[in-house]
Amino acid sequence: MKSLLLPPHPKERRIVFKNAWTQGYTPDIDCYVKNGGYEQLKKALKMKPEEIIEEIKKANLRGRGGAGFPCGVKWGFIRRDDGKPHYITCNGDESEPGTFKDRYILHNDPHQLIEGMLIAAYALNVNLAYIYIRCEFPKAAGIVTQALKEAREKGFLGKNICGSGFDVDMHVHQGAGAYICGEETSLIESLEGKRPYPRIKPPYFPAVLGLYMSPTIVNNVETFCHVKQILAIGSDEYAKMGTPGDGGTRVMCVSGDVVRPGPYEIPAGGVTLGELINDVCGGMKPGRKLKAVIPGGSSSKILRAGEVFKIKVKGDDGQMIDKEVPLLDLVMDASSLAAAGTMVGSGGVIVMDDSRDMLWALNNLNEFYAHESCGQCTPCREGVLWIDKMTTRMVNGEGLVEDPVTLKSVADNIAGRTVCAFGEAASWPVQSFLQKFPEEFEVAAK
Amino acid sequence: MSATATTAETKTENTAPAVPMVNVQIDGEWKQFPKGTRLIEACMKAGSYVPHYCYHPALSSPGNCRMCLIEMGTPKMSPDRKPELGEDGRPVIAWSPRPAISCAIEVSEGLGVRTNSPLVEECRKGVLEFLLINHPLDCPICDKAGECRLQEFSVEYGKADSRFEDDKVKKPKRVDIGERIVLDDERCILCSRCIRFMNEVAKDDCLGFVDRGGHTHLTVHPGKRLDSNYSLNTVDICPVGALTSKDFRFKMRVWFLKETKTIDVSCGTGSNILIGSRENKVHRITPRENEAVNSFWIPDSHRLNYTYLHREDRLNEPVVKGEAVRWKDAVSAAAESLKAAGHSVAIIASGRMTNEELFLVKRLAATLGTDLIDIRPRAQKGDGFLVSDDGNPNTSGAKLLGIASGTPGSKLPEIAAGIAAGRITSLVVLGENPLNCGISEADLSKLSSLVVLDILPNAATKHASVILPGSAAYEKRGSMVNVNGRLQRLNRALTAPGHARDDWEILAELLRALGAETASSIEDLFKQMAAATPALAGLNLGKIGDLGVDLKA
Ligand SMILES: Cc1cc2nc3c(=O)[nH]c(=O)nc-3n(C[C@H](O)[C@H](O)[C@H](O)COP(=O)(O)O)c2cc1C
Ligand code: SF4
Ligand code: SF4
Ligand code: SF4
Ligand code: FES
Repeated sequence: MKSLLLPPHPKERRIVFKNAWTQGYTPDIDCYVKNGGYEQLKKALKMKPEEIIEEIKKANLRGRGGAGFPCGVKWGFIRRDDGKPHYITCNGDESEPGTFKDRYILHNDPHQLIEGMLIAAYALNVNLAYIYIRCEFPKAAGIVTQALKEAREKGFLGKNICGSGFDVDMHVHQGAGAYICGEETSLIESLEGKRPYPRIKPPYFPAVLGLYMSPTIVNNVETFCHVKQILAIGSDEYAKMGTPGDGGTRVMCVSGDVVRPGPYEIPAGGVTLGELINDVCGGMKPGRKLKAVIPGGSSSKILRAGEVFKIKVKGDDGQMIDKEVPLLDLVMDASSLAAAGTMVGSGGVIVMDDSRDMLWALNNLNEFYAHESCGQCTPCREGVLWIDKMTTRMVNGEGLVEDPVTLKSVADNIAGRTVCAFGEAASWPVQSFLQKFPEEFEVAAK
Repeated sequence: MSATATTAETKTENTAPAVPMVNVQIDGEWKQFPKGTRLIEACMKAGSYVPHYCYHPALSSPGNCRMCLIEMGTPKMSPDRKPELGEDGRPVIAWSPRPAISCAIEVSEGLGVRTNSPLVEECRKGVLEFLLINHPLDCPICDKAGECRLQEFSVEYGKADSRFEDDKVKKPKRVDIGERIVLDDERCILCSRCIRFMNEVAKDDCLGFVDRGGHTHLTVHPGKRLDSNYSLNTVDICPVGALTSKDFRFKMRVWFLKETKTIDVSCGTGSNILIGSRENKVHRITPRENEAVNSFWIPDSHRLNYTYLHREDRLNEPVVKGEAVRWKDAVSAAAESLKAAGHSVAIIASGRMTNEELFLVKRLAATLGTDLIDIRPRAQKGDGFLVSDDGNPNTSGAKLLGIASGTPGSKLPEIAAGIAAGRITSLVVLGENPLNCGISEADLSKLSSLVVLDILPNAATKHASVILPGSAAYEKRGSMVNVNGRLQRLNRALTAPGHARDDWEILAELLRALGAETASSIEDLFKQMAAATPALAGLNLGKIGDLGVDLKA
């Protein structure tokens, strides 16, 4: 993608993607080390593990995989000296529709990920780590495997890394082609060589009963890269880049009907949706108007052009007040999007213009979810396929008057009642499309 | 229907005082449960039945069916992190807006559960609707109808109308997955009970799901078959009619079956079973829960071991010297021939006889003045699980009652030699084939009298001077002691064919004819036996109950 090699847009601040998008930068270790690589690891190995975890906490780093869980808090669940083996696993399954960021790191800057993971391994007393890469990224798997080999040769991986007395090894594991393997407990099952059925939580929280029933931390590719950057920049500086509770930068993958789609690394909350679309991405395609935005990957709830949200903000006197915020003024950070009833999710911003048919778009998503449901639990297995059958029928002009009502109630019967969050991922689009664009569904129901 | 399910599936909990108790509020009432109890079990113990499919008390909880969703809450914490107490001095519960499954969560202090709130009812309706949209309408031809959890819960918790207007998913039907089992994937609700049973209990990982989403279906792993000697247990625990037994398939509607609680007599384990019969014919045998014996399971070989009951050649009338006679005549002919033999009588009894029968046999030996009495041993290779190393169901009883006081069968050579040498002229054979006890057919013909009590013809009946047709194990009452010293009770599921009679009555008649003490009823008989046997002191048939009594305790 050529645009990546363009100089950063003024609204951008490239930290994680600094090297990956620099002309002439290569994924080998020499290039990485030449650019200051593995210095943060060396620094980390001289720190107390608790200090590292504290830095991550103070940096307000939220996971970039979709759920946005505070990374430092997650790491805090691990008791370093409980005598059990611990594992970390990098989630490189990147399969949420609308998300395309991790692949650039895996392809162009694999050592950044490895360094981030090594720091995490040291902080969490982990001697064995895995990088799970979706099978559709065979090239990435090859590049990362090569990078691991290089790191091992240079003494960053293996026994007594950098002379610190700390041992850690790392392996690449390739998936077999299922979206659900991005869900962390499913990923763990898959790593164990099993059918990737997500585990029930409780009791199988990864930090307690994860890989091989041992405490395990799963983080997204981008998240691990931020770990390295936090050590480089310092937690205070890093946190300040973002908004309270959502530190640092975030890669926003803008796709759809804008002039310049692509991934942009922008400080959390550093742009409004309007700035992202009109300024950073060059606006809507010529002659087209904004119709809808799915702001955080296909699973997040859709927003409609012209919507106005009531959001609690701090007034001048420090009191919380309700403020009316039009869609385009919505700040792109975790709390603002949550207040608007949706989420930053995986950073996949899907922009749709007035040429888009919402029923068609929803059916497209439904097809995806019906194909990807793992089939383990009743509501998702049966419900998602049913939803897909309904919208397919509606798209084919065979809608029934009761379809919109049935669609919503089926989605309501899935969300919140399934083994894993796929249930929500699949029903939120249905619920939100129906809520935001009821007229397009009524027309279809004859 | 769900009431029976409660008793059948609530695991008898280990309430040893060592397990700490926790307080849980269930539907408004506080109750105590031992730590480690699964919430669903606590609810059912408290009388709040929670419908479920994938949960099974003897298997792990995958939490996949979502039928057991309940509303749950944890103690509300005050700012100083202590549970806030209500007017009743109990913790105030902060209810979660999100339903939770009750099968995989264990009880904890101050937990609250609602099993019948509108949200819970809503959840159950939703799950049932989902399970039904792709389910075939096979009930009229489905073996499970009448004991199908999908049928039952739909009636109890589902909604009447269907909103599903699209085509149902097509899946494989009539799949031959094992020697004794047929699978219908369209009926399968994917609860994984069968898979977990084969992994966790039968230790033969042969079943699994393939494909995904709404197309997921059960199958056998490549190159494997569901052929384990425990395979038919999957049919029992399948909550629907997806797995059917070839032996039972299409033969009988379950609601016509009379179910009798008794014990299996195929080996020394004494697995607890239910005999399903109609019009004096056994249609199936299913395991009956007993944690002390067989849990919920039974080997296929044992459950299918009933066809002999209905053999055409069952002995059904008393015979003296080849002529059918009245009982009275047969008994006195037997008594006369034994009296005539004096002390040169031997008795071959069976480890398949009940305690009550063996007790009378012992008395018969004493009356006849012989100590040449033994049973035929049936050592076999067990499977380390429910197939015992002892093929006799009541060797322990025979030992307890002094019939096989040493090593069972140790007197058989002496008996055989005695007959061969002509020292023994009269033989009583009870339910065994003498050819299997070291006695040749030629020697049998040397005997001046051979009294046989049995249910089927064999070498002994061929040479018998008197044939006394008895009853099979499922046709009579009585008790046995299994290999682990557990006293268990047999109940009558069927009546014996023709003029055949209960064995204890036949033996009692014979003793009466010989002028010995007898018994007026089986209860009376047990009383006499208990009085004479210290290990049975204070017991009676009623006290044995459905689950038996551990004599070692
Ligand atoms: C259906 C589903 C798919 C997911 N797919 C991905 C994925 O492709 N990549 C990813 O990093 N996280 C994915 N997640 C989120 C992971 O479960 C997990 O929260 C995340 O990897 C944790 O990393 P983080 O804390 O760094 O975000 C998915 C979650 C669900 C429910
Ligand atoms: S919610 Fe869907 S994807 Fe998740 S476990 Fe259930 S069936 Fe599988
Ligand atoms: S499984 Fe149950 S609901 Fe399905 S056809 Fe058989 S009896 Fe009917
Ligand atoms: S065959 Fe029966 S027991 Fe096995 S998964 Fe299907 S419904 Fe459950
Ligand atoms: S019984 Fe709890 S989820 Fe199936």
